[in-house]
Amino acid sequence: MAEEVKLFRTWSSRYSWRIVWALKLKGIEYETIFEDLTNKSPSLLQYNPIHGKVPVLVHDGKPVCESLVILEYVDETWKHNPLLPQDPYEKSMARFWANFGDDKLMKSISQLFIAHEKDQEVAAVAALENLKLVEEQLKGKKFFHGETIGYLDLAFGWIANLVSILEEIMSLKLVDGERFPHLSSWIQHFMDAPVIRDCWPPRDKMIIKYQVMREKYLAAATPK
Amino acid sequence: MEETGGVKLLGFWVSPFAQRVKWALKLKGVQYEYIEEDIYNKSPLLSKLNPVYGMVPVLVHNGKPISESIIILEYIDEVWKQAPLLPQDPYERAQARFWAKFAEEKVRQSVWEAMCSSGEEKQKAVKSAVEAFEEFEKELKRRGTKFFGGETIGFVDIVAGCISYQLALHEEVGSIKILDSSKFPAISEWIKNFLNHPLINEGLPQKDQMFAYFSKRSKEIASQKMSHKTA
Repeated sequence: MAEEVKLFRTWSSRYSWRIVWALKLKGIEYETIFEDLTNKSPSLLQYNPIHGKVPVLVHDGKPVCESLVILEYVDETWKHNPLLPQDPYEKSMARFWANFGDDKLMKSISQLFIAHEKDQEVAAVAALENLKLVEEQLKGKKFFHGETIGYLDLAFGWIANLVSILEEIMSLKLVDGERFPHLSSWIQHFMDAPVIRDCWPPRDKMIIKYQVMREKYLAAATPK
Repeated sequence: MEETGGVKLLGFWVSPFAQRVKWALKLKGVQYEYIEEDIYNKSPLLSKLNPVYGMVPVLVHNGKPISESIIILEYIDEVWKQAPLLPQDPYERAQARFWAKFAEEKVRQSVWEAMCSSGEEKQKAVKSAVEAFEEFEKELKRRGTKFFGGETIGFVDIVAGCISYQLALHEEVGSIKILDSSKFPAISEWIKNFLNHPLINEGLPQKDQMFAYFSKRSKEIASQKMSHKTA
């Protein structure tokens, strides 16, 4: 029986791209439904009534929400080319760092992104400290789990894409080869990987999107 | 295969996060050594075992530390297979993980924020909490089972379980009302059933001690917020 897989996403959502990459790694055929989050489709609201967010994976009519939850679902449903390690301790470490990425790391980078110039130096300290922790995880490894792309690479994939875009918009350098040799290497390997290469949101569109977003935040922020 | 490696749990007496791990270990009949940490005066051991966050709980198994309560629960479930917390089916597991995240981020977190805030911020937080409870109530009703996990306590029950013994105290300290039992009959019933389980009820912190702690904490947090505003 042919199974039906649909992915609700947007062109830019970093969480959605994780699932695009995961499905590609597993060779799963699926239908993409692009959402305009300012005008959500009835289907999206039906499949994700609580958050109304993307990504949502719908497998044979059953929806799964939250990107890291979806990654685990994909890995447990289609067992070839495993994304997560088998060992429970290694699995825990992968989940820990993925959560760190989405929580502490992303927050510190967002804080830097919306900082006025006078506050950037302080905001950068936290972002750099958190990036250093990620750098340490990559020592002696090509990808986070070893020689092949896995769960944590997909979870951190946004770093490979988004950080350089923010650096360009803000004219600063966060991840330089000297301070972050392993992270810089990983970014290159990740972007060059056959599954990931050309599987990105278009850079020029991203620059415009984030430039507009930054200007809005700066305009809205009350000067202290 | 029987796991015989040493199990240690670093916790803090009132931490709902550490309590989740205690419940999981007890339900599975896993022997462990409990180490009480003073999170306001962290030991070198805690800083060494959880260098990223310096928080409890930390589970140490065979000398290897694992942090973050929900991640620890998954680890426990994978290592000790008796009394499973998560279902077997991948879709049901995904639903459990979704609702556990919801229970942590929307249910527990919003109650804490409602307790610790004041004025407009408090009103907003209470509204968020009530909305989260409404979703939780709907889902419990839809499942129609004694617990979220079915007829036995499962993953989501353990993550959400802190509200069973701390919510009423948060409401009292924060002068807020979230759990109206006429509005939330399924949650009220779930709380009763959850606390009725001997392993869940056993060894919970004393109510008056928790009340004193929450009162102190919410005043500290409120004054921290004031000093940020006036700085």
